[in-house]
Amino acid sequence: MVATTDGVPANDPTPGVQHHILSVLVENRPGVLTRIAGLFARRGYNIHSLAVAPTEDERFSRITMVVDVLSSPLPQMILQLDKLVNVIEITELAPSEAVERELLMVTVSATPDIRGQVIELVGVFDARILNVGHDALTISLEGHPSKLDDFEQLMRSYGILAVQRTGRVALPKLTHAESEDRRPLRSA
Amino acid sequence: MQTNGGEALIRSLELEGVEVIFGLPGGAILPVYDPIIDSPIRHILVRHEQGAGHMAEGYAHATGRPGVAMVTSGPAATNIVTPLCDAYMDSVPMVVITGQVPTAALGTDAFQECDTTGITQPVTKHNFLVTEAADIPRTIREAFHIATTGRPGPVLVDIPKDIVDPRNPRSALEWYWPESVDLPGYQPLGAGDPEAIRRAAELILEARQPVIYAGGGILKARAAEVLRELAELTDIPVVTTLMARGAFPDSHPLALGMPGMHGNYTAVTSMQESDLLIALGSRFDDRVTGKVPSFAPNAKIIHVDIDRAELGKVRRPDVGIAGDCRLVIEEMVRAIGELGGADAQPDRSAWRSTISGWQERYPLSYLPSEPGELLKPQFVLEQLRDLTPSDTIVASGVGQHQMWTSQYWQFDHPYTWINSGGLGTMGFSVPAAIGAKVGRPDRMVWAVDGDGCFQMTAQELVTAAAERIPVKVAVLNNAYLGMVRQWQEMFYEERYSEVYLSPDLPDYKMWAEAMGCVGIRVESPEEVAPAIEKANAINDKPVVIEFRTDSREKVFPMVPAGASNDEIMVEPHQEEA
Ligand SMILES: Cc1ncc(C[n+]2csc(CCOP(=O)(O)OP(=O)(O)O)c2C)c(N)n1
Ligand SMILES: [Mg+2]
Repeated sequence: MVATTDGVPANDPTPGVQHHILSVLVENRPGVLTRIAGLFARRGYNIHSLAVAPTEDERFSRITMVVDVLSSPLPQMILQLDKLVNVIEITELAPSEAVERELLMVTVSATPDIRGQVIELVGVFDARILNVGHDALTISLEGHPSKLDDFEQLMRSYGILAVQRTGRVALPKLTHAESEDRRPLRSA
Repeated sequence: MQTNGGEALIRSLELEGVEVIFGLPGGAILPVYDPIIDSPIRHILVRHEQGAGHMAEGYAHATGRPGVAMVTSGPAATNIVTPLCDAYMDSVPMVVITGQVPTAALGTDAFQECDTTGITQPVTKHNFLVTEAADIPRTIREAFHIATTGRPGPVLVDIPKDIVDPRNPRSALEWYWPESVDLPGYQPLGAGDPEAIRRAAELILEARQPVIYAGGGILKARAAEVLRELAELTDIPVVTTLMARGAFPDSHPLALGMPGMHGNYTAVTSMQESDLLIALGSRFDDRVTGKVPSFAPNAKIIHVDIDRAELGKVRRPDVGIAGDCRLVIEEMVRAIGELGGADAQPDRSAWRSTISGWQERYPLSYLPSEPGELLKPQFVLEQLRDLTPSDTIVASGVGQHQMWTSQYWQFDHPYTWINSGGLGTMGFSVPAAIGAKVGRPDRMVWAVDGDGCFQMTAQELVTAAAERIPVKVAVLNNAYLGMVRQWQEMFYEERYSEVYLSPDLPDYKMWAEAMGCVGIRVESPEEVAPAIEKANAINDKPVVIEFRTDSREKVFPMVPAGASNDEIMVEPHQEEA
């Protein structure tokens, strides 16, 4: 179910923003991800990133995807997605209304002479060193995607040997009134 | 009660009220074909699985009940992809059951394995791969529910052999029949938002140049009667799209006929000039709108559709109402009544006389054949229309003959016109007519086919002859892939590329006879009526009449692809001197 006025999807609520986050509750069945990916591919919608995980209720999974709303109007994406029988609920999260997190792992070149600088940045960003090599470090950082962007940028100057990001996951920000509202959604 | 998957499947189909299955057996579906022998369900053995799919569609179009087809795995499943896509595009309720290799062999490239659910995902409303016998009754129940509710469509159920084979322990299950379906992600819409309906009613009562733009959704929602009530109450003219022919009687004074690329001048132009388009179960298809930015530029839009994704997909409505057409129109009629009814409307006599001016100036028209020339296809269709009962069901192929049939037939009853609108599937008409006749044996059923189309699926007349399904086929033999020829003539400087078929290869009369039908060839205007009357009198076998028609004839009016509807081209002799 998607909130609309008169059945007509509202205009993009945050004009100017290209990426929107959709939090999609789906039945936890084989092939559901293919259906979503197939729908996006055949209708020409772009997915920027995608993360899937089971929810607290094992019958359902939650897909968090960041979609490119310049490729197609967001309301069309949502309504087409909503027609998939295995899709139970779609929540659009405007970036300002969401808590977002992402995980980054990076292996960065760190010869003994500059290792100190890298470790210092690890401290500043609250990152973690996972693995120490002769002249490289593997670091993980969890946080808001923009923080990860900054960190990745800084690491670049030392020489990134490998980087992997999970894509963002998000949940709606809680207000006291809403936290009550949201509950039935999960136990649907 | 202990049972097996095969029996449970047939039992489930019986409980869904299925009276006929169109199909063809093979290895993976074999175990299901055994219990069919003892079932009251009629099985019709097709000659090609595409035929089974189109027959199921024709049955569904004619009866409103879901058509059912059953085929084996691999090549049989791929053969039915075209009908699935056809049904998906035209929102036809259909359930297709495909055999599959045993669960243990899935993913091993086993003999006749193909990823049927993968292939059919984009062309079905939903599909299922059932892996446990115990899931069969529930899945069948869900499949019929999804196919027939909301915006109808095809649903495919893929069933591995081991779970239906009584010799395999994996086929064992305790019989049950679910009382209800539990699909948390599927909630078909019902009534529309009363507030929006009221605003629609207000717009209708303000409009000076309104047109009702009725689409196939009217027929799906069984809303033809209430559509008529709305039109008569408000005195608003109605165009019926290719998918909606018959949804509003062509003989009605408010009927404007078909709009679109080959729509009549008045239907196309009245939409262009309207100040309010009331789109009911229609989807602003490109064949109707022409170039979208210049489509009905001054019209406000009321758009009613059961599929919310259609609202605003092509044109943003001023009032969008998501809901079942019948329920929404009923409420609309009520709301208009509350706001004062017809008396509260502005005087629309100027609009009416503008419309009748167009109708007089630009009726559908063709030049009759000169002595010695081949038949004019339009003449054949006029004769066929006039010599058959008004509730005759007519199914068509795809091409010029389809457009002429839609233009020249007089549709006065819903569910009498069966065609492939969205996908434009050549070869649709013969099997669709057979399916329609199975569903409505009380009605006369004619297929109007092109020579090109006929060659794609004619073998199903063997099915019709064997099963004693007395359909009648009019082949408009212009010796060409006529519609393509028309485009090459008009837009490729008459450079004809691969469109010639030959008038006498094959010999259609002999071919019809070889398939167990009566075959008749008609070459001159005087022979037309007697041949049709002869065909009408035959009720124990299929009849094929081959009409030799003039290949130079083109379909007019025409809005060239991608052009604005304002650029409509009329029949050359109607053009301003
Ligand atoms: C399966 C398929 N292949 C190709 C086409 C493209 N096409 C559209 S109309 C047409 C010609 C149809 O010829 P015929 O059946 O003789 O009808 P006519 O136009 O001559 O009346 C073709 C090739 C199609 N619609 N469907
Ligand atoms: Mg032809």
